[in-house]
Amino acid sequence: MAKTDVKVLGAWPSPFVMRPRIALNLKSVEYEFLEETFGSKSPLLLQSNPVYKKIPVLIHQDKPICESLIIVQYVDEVWASGPSLLPSDPYDQALARFWAAYIDDKQWFPSVRGIALPQGEEGKAELMVQVFEGLALLEDAFDKCSQGKAFFGGDKIGYVDIALGSFLGWLKATEKMNNVKLLDETKNPNLVGWAERFCSHDAVREVMPETDKLVEFAKMLRARFKAPAS
Amino acid sequence: MAEEVKVFGVWGSPFSCRVKIALKIKGIEYEYIEEDLQNKSSLLLKYNPVHKKIPVLLHNGKPIVESLLIIEYIDETWKDNPLLPQDPHERAQARFWAKFVDEKCLPSLWKACWAEEVERETAMGEAWKNLELFERELEGKRFFGGEAIGLVDIAAIRIAFWINVAQEAIGVEILNKEKFFILWNWIDELLGCSIIKENLPPREKLSAYYRTRAAAAKGSK
Repeated sequence: MAKTDVKVLGAWPSPFVMRPRIALNLKSVEYEFLEETFGSKSPLLLQSNPVYKKIPVLIHQDKPICESLIIVQYVDEVWASGPSLLPSDPYDQALARFWAAYIDDKQWFPSVRGIALPQGEEGKAELMVQVFEGLALLEDAFDKCSQGKAFFGGDKIGYVDIALGSFLGWLKATEKMNNVKLLDETKNPNLVGWAERFCSHDAVREVMPETDKLVEFAKMLRARFKAPAS
Repeated sequence: MAEEVKVFGVWGSPFSCRVKIALKIKGIEYEYIEEDLQNKSSLLLKYNPVHKKIPVLLHNGKPIVESLLIIEYIDETWKDNPLLPQDPHERAQARFWAKFVDEKCLPSLWKACWAEEVERETAMGEAWKNLELFERELEGKRFFGGEAIGLVDIAAIRIAFWINVAQEAIGVEILNKEKFFILWNWIDELLGCSIIKENLPPREKLSAYYRTRAAAAKGSK
């Protein structure tokens, strides 16, 4: 195996871990993927991310970088000769960062994840409303960012594509487990088309977990949390 | 061509303060518009329809929102007196610590400030852990940004001034002077800069606000 000074610490089900992997793939950068064992944190992880103790961590030339979107920006800046992930215009850059922050910080994904957790019908209905509202905003954002092209980033996958696209696996798993349709061709035609293009892209395919595998994983998690404390 | 720069903010907000400081460091003239959060202007709702919040930076008619994103925009647009380092690893570190200030550090500091007697010890412990982590990043530097004020310093104005004023008004000591003497050196340096001083809200006004809140909290028991 080729020696590489780029390592990604992560786990296959995590959407956040997908992000640096997609970014590195887009830049054609070889890296070593170090899979964390579920339920425990390796000494390397604890040493590399003492503040949050979370994955993903990128280790480049023995220096750790943490927080998935910060890692993506780092990859973009270090391997600047590869295709750019962020737009060059400061305003478009700010817009891209805004939407990525919206996706992460503003309840959207937690709402998706919340639907999968056991709860009453009322709670679920409320979360679904939040998810749909978010999707409506993102459908609109796609129009503005893509300017008629294939991705939020234009012709190629960019920062917002990576931020949102990394959640598609879990979105599909949630749909399957709950027998609901969250991404709908009638309501979100832009996003449905985009999702297909994103998932079938070379840089994404190998790191996007299969829906069925995620469903299995979610069932395992649910069983674990239901199990009586020993 | 004349640049049109406007900032929508609120007098007591650390977030609009961040934007004002960044613009001042870059030497950019701007028009400041004070918002009433109980009665948000139609302009604010137009420029920030998603979050409906301040601050908003309006540059030649285009709105940018979220204070840390605004600072990055300012840094990309006006190149003098850089606020972020050039080196990608150092930039990543700056972004990491600025995010840490908002996502981990401040919530724990506020929790400790407002904690009831029963929870205070735990809350204080958590707050101190975060301050220790943060203080370590100073590493003998004058500012988090090195010799000059940078993104992390501007982000952490919330600690240097807001927590500082609040703890005094409420009567707690989260930012303990003996324990965090390195951080306090930085606070004194930062608040001693005229660019910072001129853009902070009046201390007495902010203190009165926290005193009122503290009294209301006690009264409601």
